[in-house]
Amino acid sequence: MTALLVLEQVLNGLQLGVMLFLLAAGLTLIFGIMDLINLAHGSLYMVGAFVAASVSQWTGSFMLGLLAAMPAAAAVGMAVEMIALRTLYERNHLDQVLATFGLILFFNELVRIIWGPRAIFMDVPEALSGTIEIVPGAPYPAFRLAIIAVGIAVAVFLYFLISRTRIGMLIRAGASNREMVGALGVDVKLLFTLVFGLGAALAGLAGAMAGPIFAVEVGMGEGVLILTFVVIVIGGIGSVRGALVGALLVGLVDTLGRAFLPTLLRLVADPATADGVGASVASMSIYILMAAVLVWRPRGLFPAHG
Amino acid sequence: MSRKITLAAAAAAVIGLMAVPAMADGVKIGMITTLSGGGSGLGIDIRDGFELALKQGGGKLGGIEVEVITQDDARKPETAKQIADRMVKSDKVDIMTGIVWSNLAMAVVPGVTKDGVFYISPNAGPSALAGKMCSENYFNVAWQNDNLHEAMGQHVTDKGFKNVYIMAPNYPAGKDALAGFKRFYKGNVAGEVYTKLGQKDYAAEISALRAAKPDAVFFFLPGGMGINFLKQYAQAGLKDSIPLFGPAFSFDETILTPVGDAALGVFNTSQWNADIDNAANRAFVADFIAEYGRRPSLYASQGYDAARLIGSALKAVGGDMSDKSAFRMALTKAEFESVRGNFRFGSNHHPIQDIYVRQVYQNDKGELTNKIVGKVFTDHQDAYAKDCKM
Repeated sequence: MTALLVLEQVLNGLQLGVMLFLLAAGLTLIFGIMDLINLAHGSLYMVGAFVAASVSQWTGSFMLGLLAAMPAAAAVGMAVEMIALRTLYERNHLDQVLATFGLILFFNELVRIIWGPRAIFMDVPEALSGTIEIVPGAPYPAFRLAIIAVGIAVAVFLYFLISRTRIGMLIRAGASNREMVGALGVDVKLLFTLVFGLGAALAGLAGAMAGPIFAVEVGMGEGVLILTFVVIVIGGIGSVRGALVGALLVGLVDTLGRAFLPTLLRLVADPATADGVGASVASMSIYILMAAVLVWRPRGLFPAHG
Repeated sequence: MSRKITLAAAAAAVIGLMAVPAMADGVKIGMITTLSGGGSGLGIDIRDGFELALKQGGGKLGGIEVEVITQDDARKPETAKQIADRMVKSDKVDIMTGIVWSNLAMAVVPGVTKDGVFYISPNAGPSALAGKMCSENYFNVAWQNDNLHEAMGQHVTDKGFKNVYIMAPNYPAGKDALAGFKRFYKGNVAGEVYTKLGQKDYAAEISALRAAKPDAVFFFLPGGMGINFLKQYAQAGLKDSIPLFGPAFSFDETILTPVGDAALGVFNTSQWNADIDNAANRAFVADFIAEYGRRPSLYASQGYDAARLIGSALKAVGGDMSDKSAFRMALTKAEFESVRGNFRFGSNHHPIQDIYVRQVYQNDKGELTNKIVGKVFTDHQDAYAKDCKM
C-alpha cells in the first residue's frame, strides 16, 4: 500500500463522487423544490446513455453523442413531467414512489423495445482513450480525469445559475418555501417543468459520460439511483451544495472502503475471512456513513429548508 | 333493480374467470429466468435456446406436447421463490428449469425438488447442490460452477504463470469460481478480491491490481459486470501488460459485442463453442442465427440442451409423468444428441465432459466471437460428486 496507490484510489473516489453529483444535483432540486420523490431519475440517466451510445455510433463522434443526450433526456423528462407527474405533486410520497416506480418499469421496457435486450457498445473517444501520468508512476485513465473535469464544470455552472441568476433565485426560494413562491405570482408550473428539465439534462449528461466505462444496458439506472438517494439524504434535501459534498463523501468512502478495508482487516484476521468480511463491510460502508451523518445532523449536512 | 344487474354482472365475471383455459393434461414446464435488469442477457439467451428446441420440434419436445410457462425473476431470490411456489402449487408444473444465478438456485431448488418436481438446471451449478445437498430430482445439464474455473486454473499453470491476481463477485458462484481455480492452479495468488454482485465501477479494484504487480489476472464477472470490468481494464492501459484469463462467462457473446476490442485476444475456458463439429451443433448454431439474428452464447446452448434432454426423457416415458422413477431413469440416461457431442451424467447428476480453451477473435464478418484453440480437460468430473450420497 503505497502513497501512489492511495492517491490513485482518492482520484477514483473523486471520479465516482462527481458522477454521483451529476445525478444527485438534479434529484435534490426535484425533491427539494417540487417535493417529488422521483425514482425514474435513474431511467433518465439510462435514456441519456442509450441516446449517446446510438448517436456516437451513427456519427462516429463521442461529442455529438454527448450533445445529443442532454436535450434528449431533458425532452423526455419534461414530457414525463407534463404528462405523468403533474398530478402527483399534491399526493403523498408513497403515491409518488409507486407511480415513479411504474415509470422505471415503463422505461426499461421501452428501451428494450427500441434497442433490444442486450447491452450496446459505446467506446471512449479516441482523444481520451489513453492514460495520463498526473503524478509520475501513477498512470490514470484520461477519460476518468475528463469526468472529474466535467463534474467540476457543472458544479461551477450550477453555482452561478443558482446564486447569480433570477431563475436561480426562484429555485432557491422554491426550495425554501414553495407556497410563498406561488403566492407571490410566479408561474410555479413552468418553474417546476424547467427544474425537472434541468435535472433530467444533468442525468442525461451523467449517463452519456458513464456509457464508455459502464455497460449500457437496460436497468443500468437502478443501482446508481440508490447511491444517489443516499447522497441527497446525506447532503440535505434541496441543496446543491449538499449534493456536491455528499456525493464526494459517498464516492470517497465507497471507493476507499472497497480498496483498503480488506487489507486493513488482514491485520487482525486470516486472509480468506478478511477478504470476505472486508468486501461485505465495504459494500455497507456508505449506509453506515449515512446513518452516522443522520445521527449527527438529522436533516443532512446542508438542508435547504433552514 | 340496479343491485340485481350488479350481481348478475359479478356472477358473469366470476364464471368468465373460471372458464379461463381448462387445465390440459399435457406436460407442464415452468421456466424461471432473468429477463430484465442487469444480467438479463444470460436469461434471454437461455430462454431463446430452449424455445429454439421447442420450435424445431413443432411445439413439442421428444414428440410430446408440452406447455412452457416462462416468468422473469429479475435476479431477485425473493421473486424467484414466489414464482416457484406459484408454479408448484397453482400451475402444478412437472418440470422446472431456467435459473441463471446460483443464489436464486439455492433459494428455489431444494424446495421444489423436495415437492417432487424435477429441476433441470441450464446454468447455475452451486457446489452445495452437487455435493451434500444433491437430490434425485435435480439435474444440471450445463456444468458444476467450479468446472470452467478449474480448467482455467490448469491452463494458467500449464502456461507457466506463477503470480496470478484473482477476482469474483461475493456470492455462491463467485466463491465456487475462485475455489475451483485454486484447486488446479499451482502458483502463487497475488491477491484474492471479492466484489459486490452487480457492481459497476472497478476503478478501485483495478488500481489495487496494478499495485500488486501480478503476471496475470483471472476474473469471473458474468453479464454486465464483465462488460464494465473489461472496458475499464482496457482504459487503464493494462490489457497488453497484464494478460487476462477467465471462464466463458466473462467472454460470451452477450459481453463481446458491447465490449468491443477491449476483449480481443483473451483466452477463456468453456464446455461449448459454436465451432464444435457435430451435426447437432451445426444445426443449432445455424437455426439460432436464422431465428434470432445474433450468434448464440454458451447460455443459449445450455438452454437448448436442457430442452433436448427433457425431450429425450419425455419420449422414453411416452409423455406419462405419473411414473416418476421411470422419468428420472430416462433423465439419468441422457440419451440425446448434445451440441457438445458425447454427453453423460456423473453420479450426482452433473455432466462429465470435455472442457476447451477458446480465444476471442474477429471473424470475417467482423463479429467478435470465440474459436477453440485447445482442450484442457477430457471427461472431467466435478469435485463434489463424492459428497453426494445418492
